Amino acid sequence: MNVRDIVERLSLEVKTAKGDLQREVRGCYISDLLSDVMANAREGELWITLQTHPNIIAVAVLKNLAGIIITNKRTPEEETLKKAGDEGVTIAVSQSPTFEVGGKLYTILQC
Amino acid sequence: MSSGRAIEGSFHLTGGDFTNAGAASSELKSILTNLGISLAIVRRAAIATFEAEMNVIIHAVAGVMYYQVTADSIKVILNDMGPGIPDIGLAMQEGYSTAPDWIREMGWGAGMGLPNMKKNSDEFKVDSVVGEGTTVEIVIRIKEESP
Repeated sequence: MNVRDIVERLSLEVKTAKGDLQREVRGCYISDLLSDVMANAREGELWITLQTHPNIIAVAVLKNLAGIIITNKRTPEEETLKKAGDEGVTIAVSQSPTFEVGGKLYTILQC
Repeated sequence: MSSGRAIEGSFHLTGGDFTNAGAASSELKSILTNLGISLAIVRRAAIATFEAEMNVIIHAVAGVMYYQVTADSIKVILNDMGPGIPDIGLAMQEGYSTAPDWIREMGWGAGMGLPNMKKNSDEFKVDSVVGEGTTVEIVIRIKEESP
């Protein structure tokens, strides 16, 4: 299962051009606390969060995450998208709340 | 890497500069990766240094992140001009934080920074003088890989 498959199945909108949509997704981590993600997310996971500020890109790069899904109709800040472009991090947004996105993704990744 | 030769350098950190937060740790991560250090070790160094870098940005006016890599270890020292930590034991407790609300809204200030640094270091030291600043020393051994 790669990022593109998940984008399609969850009807996400990709906000970045340079991320690797072919990248294999190894799991998912859900948290809005950045230190928690630093401590507990694993390489290759998608990260679901409400945070929209540029620091999420630094976290995704340092943890080598597969991408970031921002939920609940939130829009990433312009600076966040710029950094995502520079670093090649995929950001996708969802109109649904975190519970729904996480629940659907859990089901997809279990298959 | 030939033994005995150290690779060293430093980065300047500016307090409150959230836009570039993580730049120093990312750069150090690239340096360590290019030196051929194992992924597990690089990952620990990245977590510890990013947390330390964030603390300087959140709490201090300015700071320096100095690194020294030898065949045996990665040593990173962060020296800041900040408020200092009155009670280091308390600051080391998971969940304790003095970060203001707006920092917490960004998802920082969960009181996980210092514990995360300690967990990912083989040696970890904090020295602080209230009103002057804080020094954090992180040592990660390269040869004895931890599980």
